[in-house]
Amino acid sequence: MSTGFQLEESPTTGDETITNYTINFGPQHPAAHGVLRMVMELDGEIIERIDPHVGLLHRGTEKLIEHKTYLQALPYFDRLDYCSPLAQEYSYVLAIEKLLNVEVPERAQYIRVLFAELTRICNHMLNIGAHVMDVGAMTPNLWVFELREDCMNFFERMSGARMHHAYLRPGGVHQDVPEKLLVDIGEWIDTRLPELFGDAMSLVLDNRIFKQRNVDIAVVSKEDALAWGFSGPMIRAAGIPWDLRKSQPYDVYDRMEFDIPVGTNSDCYDRFVVRVKEVYESAKIIKQCLRDMPTGPIASNDRKVSPPKRAEMKQSMEALIHHFKLYTEGFHVPAGEVYVATESPKGEFGVYLVSDGSNKPYRCKIRPTAFSHLQAMDFMSKGHMLPDATAILGAIDVVFGECDR
Amino acid sequence: MATLHSAPRFTLIDGLKGSISSALGDHLVEAHEEHGELLFHVQRGSIETVLRTLRDDFEYQQLMEIAGVDYPSRDERFEVVYMLLSVTTNNRIMVKCRASEDTPVPTVTTLWPNAGWLEREVFDMYGVLFDGNTDLRRILTDYGFEGHPFRKDFPLTGYVELRYSEDEKRVVYEPVKLAQDLRQFDFMSPWEGADYVLPGDEKADMPPIDDPKTTESPKQTGAGAKADEKAAEKVSADAPAEKDGGPDAPPPEPTEDQPKRKKRVGKTTDTAKATKPKKGAD
Repeated sequence: MSTGFQLEESPTTGDETITNYTINFGPQHPAAHGVLRMVMELDGEIIERIDPHVGLLHRGTEKLIEHKTYLQALPYFDRLDYCSPLAQEYSYVLAIEKLLNVEVPERAQYIRVLFAELTRICNHMLNIGAHVMDVGAMTPNLWVFELREDCMNFFERMSGARMHHAYLRPGGVHQDVPEKLLVDIGEWIDTRLPELFGDAMSLVLDNRIFKQRNVDIAVVSKEDALAWGFSGPMIRAAGIPWDLRKSQPYDVYDRMEFDIPVGTNSDCYDRFVVRVKEVYESAKIIKQCLRDMPTGPIASNDRKVSPPKRAEMKQSMEALIHHFKLYTEGFHVPAGEVYVATESPKGEFGVYLVSDGSNKPYRCKIRPTAFSHLQAMDFMSKGHMLPDATAILGAIDVVFGECDR
Repeated sequence: MATLHSAPRFTLIDGLKGSISSALGDHLVEAHEEHGELLFHVQRGSIETVLRTLRDDFEYQQLMEIAGVDYPSRDERFEVVYMLLSVTTNNRIMVKCRASEDTPVPTVTTLWPNAGWLEREVFDMYGVLFDGNTDLRRILTDYGFEGHPFRKDFPLTGYVELRYSEDEKRVVYEPVKLAQDLRQFDFMSPWEGADYVLPGDEKADMPPIDDPKTTESPKQTGAGAKADEKAAEKVSADAPAEKDGGPDAPPPEPTEDQPKRKKRVGKTTDTAKATKPKKGAD
């Protein structure tokens, strides 16, 4: 061809030839869930190829962590996936605890599990709402945002911050939770959540338009899901009952009774339904935590890892020294390397921590959930229509703070 | 050591280290286990073969992550670590190999399609090359970025900063200008392995002197003949002996607060002169 363009036979018109053309989806697009640029090659409205360009939100978190003490690095994890901050902290503190081999008191373990599950609900509220809005529905989003707002209020009462909690600590949690908060969460789980969420989902789950936009979109086989490194709701929708909370339990997850929702068709609709069901399972876990939570300390008694009580510092010189050393030098972590992954709401969130025995991590590699999922965007969207891309993206549940780090 | 922590507990398989080690044979450099995690250090050239064996024979279906690590002091400064997960045996292992800037690592995109981006990231951040990866573009850094930011010798602040120029109506790149130095506090105790030098510390590390310089008599000042002469002059044989301080000072009059003390045994001198303020001193 003299023009240099790739000319193809059009499947629909026949008597004229049209060229494939390339469009930019993003970097600023409301359905991109952040700053994602996708270079799409289209044949008419059919997607031929997608090249996602990520990294527009790259902040060098891992490098920054190398220049901070272990404790100072913790708040960076809130800022990765800002929709489920506690879940990211979780992997990090567990990795440190694994290297230190420090015991966490039972109450702290229950508190962590409770709020990790509340984070899951909070995250799914955002994703479910955003997903339905991506495919055209408005009302359910407003309703589930009410619930998200409730979660945020609970988090504020837990840590003082609505979004960036910085609540977990190696060896426990930062502070105990008020009794009234636990009572209120229990009440919310029993009344407001099932009512409001049930109402919102009754609008969506059997909705004809919603099904038309999601059923049989981006079907991924079990083999592909494994090969592409899927995790979380993405792999469960493919019919593989894989949940790290069940198979590789951490803290007190092994005492919890809950089910793993699994999809059958592995399409966008299944991914959505898996998340909806997970909200109810999380509610079950929260109830069990509230029922079984013992009283007692909320942080390790190892003064080399967790700080003494303020009152103790007024009396004891040793406590004062421990406090001073912890907040200036920080604690030293024995040399070694571990990879610790937990089930974040979006999938497997892992932290590969290399310690050289000093007070700062030598290397902290963060395994984002979205990286592998987004990479599969190309093969999942192939052959689908352009508007399906937003549904696929919504079902991935991608957040760029985490993907780009 | 007893396990106290509550980190994720995956299934531990007895004899797994041995069976994998024997299956890898010559490809294996070292295998070790810490914190219940198995780590296999293998030859760089055979990383693909090794991972294929692990995937097909040991049921590690998923490649979760590829991490780069930089150890600038080593000959082959980079480590590339592969995290594998088996959903059937519920087990995790790590496999790693070493590389330098100019020794490419064979790609594993042939085994797992998601290795593509993971390798791109290691390449972008560390500059490790992956032989056979057909799409080895930068991924996280800016378009047109130079350098590999996660290397230990790359400064935290980077080299360029960008801003929107109102004059040129576009984003311009400029060398980083810091209003003040980047504050890097090192809170390590000076006596517990801090690597900075405190003033005066350099003397502690001075090499010990084999032949210490000694003098036989005070005359040998070591400052030349003239000084020696002067020194010899000062310390003469008939230097005056110390004089007796005289009789003891009388004890103070006894008061109500200070009753009469026992008489002192031994001698003392009258220090009244030395302690009395001099006239015109103030």
